Amino acid sequence: MEIDRVDQIIDKHHGEASSLLQILLDIQSENNWLPREVLGRVSEKLDVPLNQIQHIATFYKAFSLVPKGRHQVHICVGTACHVRGATRILDTVEDAIGIKPGETDLDLKFSLETVNCLGCCALGPVVEVNGKVHGKMSPVKTSEVLKIYE
Amino acid sequence: MKEIQFEIDGNQVTATEGMTLLETAQSAGIFIPTLCHHEKLEPFGACRLCIVEVEANGRTKLVVSCVYLSEENIIVRTRSEKIDRIRKTIIELLMAHAPDSPKLQDLAKEYGADKDRYEKEASFCIHCGLCVRYCAEVTKKNAIGFVDRGIHKEISFIPEIAAKECNDCKECFPLCPTSYLQAAFVLTEALAFPATSKSESKE
Repeated sequence: MEIDRVDQIIDKHHGEASSLLQILLDIQSENNWLPREVLGRVSEKLDVPLNQIQHIATFYKAFSLVPKGRHQVHICVGTACHVRGATRILDTVEDAIGIKPGETDLDLKFSLETVNCLGCCALGPVVEVNGKVHGKMSPVKTSEVLKIYE
Repeated sequence: MKEIQFEIDGNQVTATEGMTLLETAQSAGIFIPTLCHHEKLEPFGACRLCIVEVEANGRTKLVVSCVYLSEENIIVRTRSEKIDRIRKTIIELLMAHAPDSPKLQDLAKEYGADKDRYEKEASFCIHCGLCVRYCAEVTKKNAIGFVDRGIHKEISFIPEIAAKECNDCKECFPLCPTSYLQAAFVLTEALAFPATSKSESKE
């Protein structure tokens, strides 16, 4: 991510330290992760110490300090999805992409996370890709869904 | 400043407005054990060891004396059966993290705490925040901070700042009740700036 763009985002929030969280969220949504140089720049411009920014960036799960893939795959392993076979879905996805939950593949195509409930248990097992919910999944259907994303 | 009169352990004490129970007790020469308190730093209320019983309007409640402000006509008890029992448990929980800390061992002796009561999860840091707060509030270098949250929370040096500032400062080192801070520093040094420390030790 270019430093100019980071400066633009900071200026949009008038460079106020109280907007730190919103600035980080904007950078996260645009860049998918928070590189260290960017955090350094934010710290410099807002005059907020880097240790505080690091505290916040590691506290919230919305932020990532490592590169994320272009597509975020969230697999529900909550109770309802679990009894409907979420572990088999998870195994299928792990095999198909070759990564474990919390990881990102080498071409930065997919990031895999497990979540505890997406709030639509009637559709279980649920897989969410880039915010789009795919319900009533089976291992075969899951592989097909993954093929849609490039 | 308004003066506030109340009672600690049967002694009548006077506090000025805005003083915490702990400060008032210390000025009256009454000892309350603490781990995360430091006179130069803002109250933090992390270790909970300074817990005391406060009786007001006939009701008793448990408060943490380092963040509880003095009030008129309250009765404070710093050692009671209940308080001792709670402190014992707090010490035992902290000792699951740092069983070899001399400060904790002394406290354990005083309160009869068993260091093996809880299964060990030796992270060595008890999150008192002394190093983090001292670096932010007193030396204003912000070379160390907390990262992550909940059970994963830990202290972490910012290598860029630590490389420049820490070798000449190290004021936080004696504050750490468990010596984990020193270990964290050595690890950061070894990983992030080993060359500078070597050239300095030669001088």
